[in-house]
Amino acid sequence: MTKNLRVKSSEYIDETNRISFKFNGKTYHGFKGDTLASALLANDVHLVGRSFKYHRPRGIMTSGSEEPNAIVQINPGTNRTEPNVRATEVEIYEGLEASSQNCWPSVEFDIGGINNFLSPFFPAGFYYKTFMWPASFWEKYEFFIRHSAGLGKSPTSRDPDIYDHRNIHCDVLVVGAGISGILAAKNAAKNNFKTLLVDEKNELGGSTVYENNEFNKIDNKTPSEWLKKEIEELKNIKNLEIKTRTSVAAYHQYNYLLARENLTDHLEAKDKTNKIRQRLLKIRAKKVILATGALERPLIFNNNDRPGIMLSSAIKKYSEFYGVACGSKNVFFTNNDSAYESAMSLYNKGINVEAIIDIREQSESKIVKKVKEAGIKIYWSHSIVDTTGYKRLNSISIMKLSNDGTSVTGSKISISCDCLGVAGGWTPAVHLYTQSGSKLKFDEEKKVFLPNQNTSEQISVGSCGGDFKIDEIIKNLNQKLKDTLNINETDLDSIKVEIDQENSKRNIWLLPSDKPLGKTKPFVDYQNDATAKDIKLALREGFRSIEHVKRYTTTGMGTDQGKLGNMHALGIIADTAGVKMGELGTTTFRPPYTPLTFGTIVGRNVGKFFDIFRRTPMNDWHVENKAEFENVGQWKRAWYYPINGETMHQAVQRESRAARESAGILDASTLGKIDIQGSDASEFLNRVYTNAWSKLAIGKCRYGLMLNEDGMVYDDGVTTRLSENHYIMTTTTGGAANVLGKLEDYLQTEWPELDVYLTSVTDHYATASLCGPNSKKILKKIIPDLDLSDENFPHMSFKESKIGNIQCRIMRISFTGEHSYEINVQASYGKDLWEKCIEAGQEFNITPYGTETMHLLRAEKGFIIVGQDTDGTMTPIDLQMDWIVSKKKYDFIGKRSLYRSDTMREDRKQLVGLLTDDPNIILEEGAQIVSELNQSPVEMLGHVTSSYFSPNLKKSIALAVVRGGKDMMGKKLFVPMENKNINVTVANPVFYDEKNERLNA
Amino acid sequence: MFLINCPYCGERDQQEFKAGGEAHIERPKQPTELSDDEWAEYLFMRKNIKGVQFERWNHAHGCRKWFNMVRDTSNDEIKAIYKMGEKPPSQ
Ligand SMILES: [Zn+2]
Repeated sequence: MTKNLRVKSSEYIDETNRISFKFNGKTYHGFKGDTLASALLANDVHLVGRSFKYHRPRGIMTSGSEEPNAIVQINPGTNRTEPNVRATEVEIYEGLEASSQNCWPSVEFDIGGINNFLSPFFPAGFYYKTFMWPASFWEKYEFFIRHSAGLGKSPTSRDPDIYDHRNIHCDVLVVGAGISGILAAKNAAKNNFKTLLVDEKNELGGSTVYENNEFNKIDNKTPSEWLKKEIEELKNIKNLEIKTRTSVAAYHQYNYLLARENLTDHLEAKDKTNKIRQRLLKIRAKKVILATGALERPLIFNNNDRPGIMLSSAIKKYSEFYGVACGSKNVFFTNNDSAYESAMSLYNKGINVEAIIDIREQSESKIVKKVKEAGIKIYWSHSIVDTTGYKRLNSISIMKLSNDGTSVTGSKISISCDCLGVAGGWTPAVHLYTQSGSKLKFDEEKKVFLPNQNTSEQISVGSCGGDFKIDEIIKNLNQKLKDTLNINETDLDSIKVEIDQENSKRNIWLLPSDKPLGKTKPFVDYQNDATAKDIKLALREGFRSIEHVKRYTTTGMGTDQGKLGNMHALGIIADTAGVKMGELGTTTFRPPYTPLTFGTIVGRNVGKFFDIFRRTPMNDWHVENKAEFENVGQWKRAWYYPINGETMHQAVQRESRAARESAGILDASTLGKIDIQGSDASEFLNRVYTNAWSKLAIGKCRYGLMLNEDGMVYDDGVTTRLSENHYIMTTTTGGAANVLGKLEDYLQTEWPELDVYLTSVTDHYATASLCGPNSKKILKKIIPDLDLSDENFPHMSFKESKIGNIQCRIMRISFTGEHSYEINVQASYGKDLWEKCIEAGQEFNITPYGTETMHLLRAEKGFIIVGQDTDGTMTPIDLQMDWIVSKKKYDFIGKRSLYRSDTMREDRKQLVGLLTDDPNIILEEGAQIVSELNQSPVEMLGHVTSSYFSPNLKKSIALAVVRGGKDMMGKKLFVPMENKNINVTVANPVFYDEKNERLNA
Repeated sequence: MFLINCPYCGERDQQEFKAGGEAHIERPKQPTELSDDEWAEYLFMRKNIKGVQFERWNHAHGCRKWFNMVRDTSNDEIKAIYKMGEKPPSQ
């Protein structure tokens, strides 16, 4: 039988809109406006989860994003399931299902709970100490740890939702729409600053909007009444954009912030469809006003984690905002006046408040007097020494505190209760402030870290800036606004505030028990089950740095990043080590403030937009002709064209034979193309390539090798001189952008005196490479007017011509060793050119071939592919390409490095050919090469870089880099594989047509 | 994410830029005259200061221009930006 603890109607809860939802399989009811937490509490459900290490029953602790315990799985088993969601942030909707995490088989009966009784064996660093040895056992340990721990389950099917990104530029960003944020945003916007106000909640107003303490007045109204009027006025203000359900996750330098706007999470499934679920806002703000508020601190005492033990401020919010009583017999435990407001909130609604336990000696404020008048029993100078109730709090034991607060005396009093509100003071929410790079300073009197040194244009206002009382807040906010916005007057000048003055506070980080510390469980980090005991143990074991203690004890390492307990951890360390807290420093708060979904981070960049790709103008033809594609850089390149169910091997063998026997055609549009113009273009090429360029005649082409300044091969390609001061350079497909960048770098920074201009024209041209003994006849059919004789159009030359009306540039160059032409046309004519070639080539059985055949054909010729046969450690000398390195040129990029002692070593890895003794065995690319089989450890001489079965030579061929390989011609080596050793012989890397006779065939 | 004031385009987001290492390291005019050690000094040795550092940056996804930046690496404050060939501001 569940109780109904809805005690009061609230304007934020729509009681006409009843909603049913399921928690752990059981159906409950709540109302529109409820969070999962408030709806469960209204049904008297406190037990919602199990703790991480000891599997202790845990209940709802807070009412916001700082929640450590009430972490649930939303919509389990569906494609919209989401783990690690805070029940305090989930707005309920019809059909919502949620379940507890970290418990098996159920939250009520959890096998892992046995860990609780074994806890003396689970001290700080337990996992490190126990499971690290022997190393080979780790896999087994990990299996068990993963099964008994773990926080929720990831969805296993595709996310059905749409996510989005938006860039926002504003003059003023206000984070947090409590009283300070609202007033700041209003005054900024009124003064013509383009302002954005964001808040993580669905309603504006923060905690002031339900602040009904009769002793606090703003302009003679209760703070709640007054603020609602201010919120109403926001609607009419220009220049102001307001985003609710929007949580700032990260605050980077230069006022760049990331926020997640939640658009459909609060809607029923049927209303979520085809809508953007969450949007990542990328905000660049000229000024940032942080009004992120403060988080209430718990108190650290023995067994302070039972379901039913909550923050006092949360109890007040559930009562005032949601109209829910968290218990029937309530007790508060406090070190300041705020618990008295919570107590009065319950009392005024007729809810039973049994007692207030106050560690202070007394307080004379009006609210305390009011509580006394109400007849609520107050135990001054008392502390809770223990609590009972496994799945729900049922009693507390209290004793008198000694004067120094380190021990308890006298007799024990037991108080029966089902809900305990703890109030340990307030911690300014400075997380975003520190993320921005700004520095904190510890205020020893207030016991809080406060903003100190700003690194960007920002202010912290309200309680996140250290002002906790409404009069201080308004006064300091007014001054800060005037300073930062450079204005003379604000709305705040005329506000009159009366407040109840608190007159005492007492701070004890770890409250004593009658039992020794070793026999108690005072939890500091609820989510990770770190106790004060663990922290003290870490200090005894020699840990000093706060960052080390944190990692060793796992304090603050949970999904909540220890928002509640970090200050206590620091306090306990300081007290134990006998140092001031300010000297300890604080741990680093890292983004995100609250977890983000992957969907929000990637936005629209999913599926085919995950990694953008480029297609050539001929792409449609390749698709129609059933090409298989491979990714080269961002390009989709035709890989091979299988016909009649051919395997890749069969297709490549056929394509390779056809290209050498008759004619083949390759889409070479992806090659990088850089247009080079200027009166110093020749000199420039001289400096960037290893060979000489000044004597290249107009209309001629030349192959060039480009090095890095360290002498290693960087890129290669053919460059053509189009006219006196005009060249077109081709680069590798993958290297195009980097080559252009590198050339620009040298031009702008080292040789600004050169008159040279570079333009990337890769996308401007489509290129068909026509190759094979019949290529000339095919080209002749397409361009009958062009004289293709070797005299007029020899190998390594260029002609400008026309195919019909289409202007084209033709280079007679070859990457296959065959007679071939690269025909370039304006990109939009690419498919047309391709189809013309195919049509003209019909009678010669022209065969389109892909990148795999291209690789095979060039390997037969021993031509390198930069990035396949080289890896950034190969010089031209290592590649046995000494012929391309000019001895005469005084300088070129990388020249000096070729004479370094290391690059001149004879035993560097050098490019060689490899032939298998059995011509049918194809080596694996990447396979290691050795000379001795019986050596231990065996010395690796190098590896295979390219390997194919050559249909033209009818044997397997390979290129490899081998230490000292240059002098190993004919030497027998071995390629050891898993089941066999392959015998190989070092050979000349040019396997086919060594004399290049086919170029002019 | 820095906001970088390209001397040719104005303020742009850091993602449009590429960092290019330490500034004011001139490529030797006569590399062949240098000893291995001297060449290695130019080729490999770079400072990595905690504090004010002179750097090269390129507006790679914008005007493609290279320029210099003075940046405090301890807090990423950009203290100055100036064109290639211009003298660095006095410290
Ligand atoms: Zn620019």
